[in-house]
Amino acid sequence: MIIAERLLPAVLGLAIAGGAAAADPGRGAGLYEARCAACHSLDAHRVGPLHRGVVGRRAGSAPGYDYSPALAAAAFTWDAALLDAWLKDPEALVPGQRMGYSVADAGDRGDLVAFLLSVSRR
Amino acid sequence: MLIKTTPAQYSARRNFLGRSTGIALSGAAVALLAGNSRLAVAATGSPSGDVNILNVALGLEHEAIAAYQVGAESGLLQKPVLDTAVLFQSHHKQHRDALVATIEKLGGKPVNAKSNADYAAGLGAGGLKSQADILTLAARLELGAANAYIGVIPAFSEKDLAKVAARLAADETMHWSLLANALGKPVPMAALSFGA
Repeated sequence: MIIAERLLPAVLGLAIAGGAAAADPGRGAGLYEARCAACHSLDAHRVGPLHRGVVGRRAGSAPGYDYSPALAAAAFTWDAALLDAWLKDPEALVPGQRMGYSVADAGDRGDLVAFLLSVSRR
Repeated sequence: MLIKTTPAQYSARRNFLGRSTGIALSGAAVALLAGNSRLAVAATGSPSGDVNILNVALGLEHEAIAAYQVGAESGLLQKPVLDTAVLFQSHHKQHRDALVATIEKLGGKPVNAKSNADYAAGLGAGGLKSQADILTLAARLELGAANAYIGVIPAFSEKDLAKVAARLAADETMHWSLLANALGKPVPMAALSFGA
């Protein structure tokens, strides 16, 4: 189980990055602090919703957070591929959402998603 | 001396480092776009996405104002540092007011601030036990805000709003630099470290 938890983010990150490189959740943690922590934290809603447990959670459903109507109405559950799509271009994935920030580099996205996967299983 | 500072900059830095007391507040307000007639013209055609981004920025400013308030009321900040914290808070209040005015000009509804207690809980303020703890939190928020403002610049459809985001980022960077200096943090070794 421990092996699965450690390998899964890397495997999924590999898939996201198109096989270019294994995703690195440790590097993703640093990217999260630098790029996401202005608005988000793992365990509390701030300007943006909390992130722990986001993988496997239905979009727009974290209790207590005031989502945009667009995201609240989204009918999907977050997985690695959808998180990658969201970080690449949130407006393309959910038109009318509120996040203006995106992550252009696929490797950075892979590492961030790997980090989010790792904290979603604790 | 590699870095030259103006007398005002030097004075602010010296005060923040605790070697003097009292800070001369600048009378200059950050006008941003509050009085920009061109933006008023653009209001009818500006995408709602711009308003959404500005409201996220406003949320950051609300949080920063609350964070400095929590710090100021903690009793942990010594007088020269407290003065600078209050000054930085005043900058964030000016940011807030300018953002509210801009959002309203664009036909949007500015997000309201939550209670200071809500912000404190979200920021884990209960664990702040020293002046250094507060400055570390403030530096983290300022750095995050600088990066966030830089990050959303390409997302604006209105160029003037991109410029506003850049100006806000510059203020946050200035705050972070002084906070980092006060905490004894080194200057970043690599260039282009903000927004990366």
